[in-house]
Amino acid sequence: MTRVRGGAGGTSPPVEKPPPRPRDDSSRSGHLRRIRADLVLLAVAVPGLVYFLVFHYGALFGNVLAFQDFIPFLGVSGSEWVGLAHFERMFGDALFWNAVKNTLVIAALQLVFFFPAPLALALLLNSVVGDTVRRFVQSVVYLPHFLSWVIVVALFQQMLGGAGVLNGWLSDLGMGTVSIIGNPDAYGPLVIAQLIWKECGWATIIFLAALSQVDEQQYEAAALDGAGYWRRLWHVTLPAIRPVIALLLVLRLGEFLSIGFEQFFLQRQSVGPETGEVLETFVYFTGFAGGDFGYAAAVGLFKGVIGVALIYAANKVAHRLGEQGVYQK
Amino acid sequence: MSRTGAAPAWMGRPTVAVRAAKAVALTVVVLLVVFPLWTVLATSLASPQTVIDNGGWVVWPGEFSFSAYTEILQGGIITRAMLVSAGITLVGTALSLACTIGLAYTLSRPKVYGGKPLLLLVLFTFLFPPGMVPLFLVVQSAGLFDQYAALILPFLINVFNLVVMRGFFQSIPPELIDAARIDGAGELAILRRIVLPLSKAVIAVIGLFYAVAYWNRFFEAIIYFNDQTKWPIGTVLRQYVTGGASLAETSGELATSSPQSVQMAVVMLATLPIVCVYPFLQRYFVKGVVTGALKA
Repeated sequence: MTRVRGGAGGTSPPVEKPPPRPRDDSSRSGHLRRIRADLVLLAVAVPGLVYFLVFHYGALFGNVLAFQDFIPFLGVSGSEWVGLAHFERMFGDALFWNAVKNTLVIAALQLVFFFPAPLALALLLNSVVGDTVRRFVQSVVYLPHFLSWVIVVALFQQMLGGAGVLNGWLSDLGMGTVSIIGNPDAYGPLVIAQLIWKECGWATIIFLAALSQVDEQQYEAAALDGAGYWRRLWHVTLPAIRPVIALLLVLRLGEFLSIGFEQFFLQRQSVGPETGEVLETFVYFTGFAGGDFGYAAAVGLFKGVIGVALIYAANKVAHRLGEQGVYQK
Repeated sequence: MSRTGAAPAWMGRPTVAVRAAKAVALTVVVLLVVFPLWTVLATSLASPQTVIDNGGWVVWPGEFSFSAYTEILQGGIITRAMLVSAGITLVGTALSLACTIGLAYTLSRPKVYGGKPLLLLVLFTFLFPPGMVPLFLVVQSAGLFDQYAALILPFLINVFNLVVMRGFFQSIPPELIDAARIDGAGELAILRRIVLPLSKAVIAVIGLFYAVAYWNRFFEAIIYFNDQTKWPIGTVLRQYVTGGASLAETSGELATSSPQSVQMAVVMLATLPIVCVYPFLQRYFVKGVVTGALKA
């Protein structure tokens, strides 16, 4: 055994007290000894930790831009400090509020229409007894999750666009055409349909796992008591997976504003900013396209802070309901 | 998820109507996924004339033609973009897996020095992801503009993947590791000879997640690359397909050649690697994701 962990010092408790090391190793040399004992483990963690320090914690400091009149040429140290001016401007900016409105509308649509869809699909798949059929359908519905938003948007244009499949069929039937792609009125349903197409199958994975854990004996007992199919679904299946549903719902509420970026970035142009602008695209178009980095950073920071507050609040609600939430208390 | 094919006795036999409704529902779901992909494939393989005659898309290519593919692969832009994406995917996935495994393994061992604070440090980033502008600033000050590393390093570790990996490592019986330690194996030997062989499923799944993310990355090249010849396939696809299609949308007419075939061929090329790898890794999904995620 090459590893002797801690506890050899004169004041330390007996070396015999094994599993792996004594508690009160608080002296400086104790820390060093423990670090040395775990040196290999800590060394393999270093690249990952450096990544988090640079690209996450380093980026956190980048938020100072929100309080600066940032000019890329001058850098953070050379640019002028403006205090809360960007935030004051933000609250009076109609374009910003338009982006907020669009974000909230899409988030609400996602919650109402996208959230229940995987649950329904999972219940359907779970009720299929044949293993082969179920596995086949599962492998098919998982696939779109792995396609990029560029491909999904291209597919939808090919299917629903002006010269697309749907309009081809409609005009073959002599029913005229419908304009879906690029139509501001259809934008909400369109982006939800895209999200369901892409992610619904994949989102069933966690429900299916939960459903497979449901105790078969409960079904048997319920069936003996004369419960039919729907009653068993209502009184056995749904209560059994309630924690998973609650957890996912809390997660979703906590990330209410995180409706995604790429999907909206790709399609903002086709419907115009009035309908298509969401908070993330607003940050991109003011910052990177408009060169107004300080203001864009302020909006980004605002969204981030609200996001943390939402996650915190959602967890409070989860704990209040006796569920575990995203993190444990 | 172990279930046998036969229904237990209490289930009873569903009525014909119920079974028919289920069959219809499942068929519709499958068709909704498969049909668009099939149309893309068929359109990309159809001869230009067939596509034009059909108004821009076909369900069955009457006569096959690889002209769309040879056309775009000759042009150089697509070929180069495919190579860029392949390179970024290979290098990025290898680096990501190495870093994720290293950090996840350390964080999965109980009582490692500083384990808890380090875990909190990592998990906090999940709560507060860096904004677009601050991240841009870091990439800029790291001198990564026009470097392929700008598409890799900022995304080296995904916290979700890390947590799944850590959960899987934690599910390995500690007795195995203790036994190896008693036999004189160092930490690296334990990781290499015991933990990694037992974790093939989760490594395959996480590797696929990383690979797909790298392959699909397109937005970052728009803000970090001035040099368009370095664009990966996703960015090129956005330029030529999404942009082009929306132009055809507004003008409402089709070009004389068959741009659809070309566009759909680009879509196919961007999709193909994923569709090729997917069936081999798909069976690990449930095992890899669920064991890790539910534990975490």
